[in-house]
Amino acid sequence: MQQSPIVEIGNVSFGYDPARPVLRDINLEIARGSVVGIMGQSGCGKTTLLRIIMGAHLPSGGTARVLGEVTGRLDREGLYRMRRKMGMLFQFGALFTDMSVYENVAFPLREHAELPDDLLRDLVLLKLQAVGLRGAARLMPTELSGGMARRVALARSIALDPQLILYDEPFTGLDPISFGVIVRLIRELNDSLGATSIIVTHDVQEALGVVDYVYFMAAGRVIAQGTPAEIRSSAEPFVNQFVNGKSEGPVPFHYAAPDYGADLDLAAA
Amino acid sequence: MQIVDALRQRLERLGAGVTSHVWRLGFASRFLAYLVVHSGTALRRFRLTIAEIYFAGVLSLIIILVSGLFVGMVLALQGYDTLQRFGASESLGVLVALSLVRELGPVVAGLLFASRAGSAITAEIGLMKATEQLSAMEMMAVDPVARVVAPRFWGGVISMPLLAALFSAMGIFGGYLVGVQLIGVDAGAFWSQMQAAVDLRNDIVNGIIKSIVFGIAVTWIAVFEGYDAPPTAEGVSRATTRTVVTSSLAILALDFVLTALMFTGGGHGQ
Repeated sequence: MQQSPIVEIGNVSFGYDPARPVLRDINLEIARGSVVGIMGQSGCGKTTLLRIIMGAHLPSGGTARVLGEVTGRLDREGLYRMRRKMGMLFQFGALFTDMSVYENVAFPLREHAELPDDLLRDLVLLKLQAVGLRGAARLMPTELSGGMARRVALARSIALDPQLILYDEPFTGLDPISFGVIVRLIRELNDSLGATSIIVTHDVQEALGVVDYVYFMAAGRVIAQGTPAEIRSSAEPFVNQFVNGKSEGPVPFHYAAPDYGADLDLAAA
Repeated sequence: MQIVDALRQRLERLGAGVTSHVWRLGFASRFLAYLVVHSGTALRRFRLTIAEIYFAGVLSLIIILVSGLFVGMVLALQGYDTLQRFGASESLGVLVALSLVRELGPVVAGLLFASRAGSAITAEIGLMKATEQLSAMEMMAVDPVARVVAPRFWGGVISMPLLAALFSAMGIFGGYLVGVQLIGVDAGAFWSQMQAAVDLRNDIVNGIIKSIVFGIAVTWIAVFEGYDAPPTAEGVSRATTRTVVTSSLAILALDFVLTALMFTGGGHGQ
């Protein structure tokens, strides 16, 4: 029997200002166990979509069903209950700067489970070992490089063994080695935890190497979807421009502006 | 017509300004109510609040004690100069103690607390917001108001009266140093007149009430400004400034209201 999708977004629209919708009529389904990429330009609405999935925003139209619950029907307690089954990696890690690496990873465990100290310690070291930073347990976040901070944040987000892991721009600002490490961890953790991962990113080439399926967004809509191979060979002009990083295409080089000559008062001269 | 239009525009701007301030006050009040209702974690896991008492209270000790000492010393110098003209220099202890316990202790300690601890609380919460630490907590199903804001609020509310009391004690000691040790006022008269004139209920308790009210006001403003700060460097810096300005004005205005309620009508000290 096929399992139901872990995330189902049905005809979702959303706007911070009702006159200017950020998301329009989005439909997507994310299968359990997969690593799915949501890609698109900055400002296309992909982070807003991620916030809809985590229940930080409620759709103004349509329904978002996450982990079997319709987010719009949940109260605060219900939302928190749902989020305990989710992990989220923020763009720059969002580590608690007043706590050590160890305490950061221990934080969700201390808040949600009353564990004896030695068991807590074993769990934290296990998670840190999974991201290769057991030796950095005593360091403070300010002593970590960008890549290490993100790995610690990843260890923290999997502390409660989530069913769904969300990544918000996980590759931004990483050197090639750190990048390789994060890509490997996303895949390994997803498979070893039996979780499902959603990666929101504009680093297309990097992400296409790790995901199983891609949703491509532009101007608040899903304009293409498919496996990485399908996306790479897509004939859709925008996807083609984006995947190949061309400066000209459906997205023009110039931001909309009045006529250049008129702006420089050339007509008057 | 132009004048009418200009006048209308000004009135509209004034109206919009007033509405936005009232709206913000309402928002801050709801925030306070939510914060108090969700204080369970801060009180149950009191270790969290104790850590904040350390940051807001213990780390403010030096500025409070040194300022208290100097304020007391200046009070003694100025007070002696005036009192001796009326041959009442023995009352120096009363003057120093009453000024400190009733007014200067809570008010000056409150102002110092706002600039030392209030600004730090706003900046810390604002930066936690700007670096997504509060969102990260939300995502871990931990309420940031209960986990981050409430312990800071209670830490500040508990610290402030203690700091004001220490400020007053240090001020009285400074007054003693200058009045008795330096100028030569009789030590027996200094202490005994103070003991006879300072009333527990009317002076000390009222002073404590003031410092508690100031503590609530300053910490409320500080946590609200931090939580409400736009998550940018400029937003946090503006919020920090607003905390110091608003809490200082709030302290002075509340002091007037409390003094009017406490020390008039009862006939005390008149």
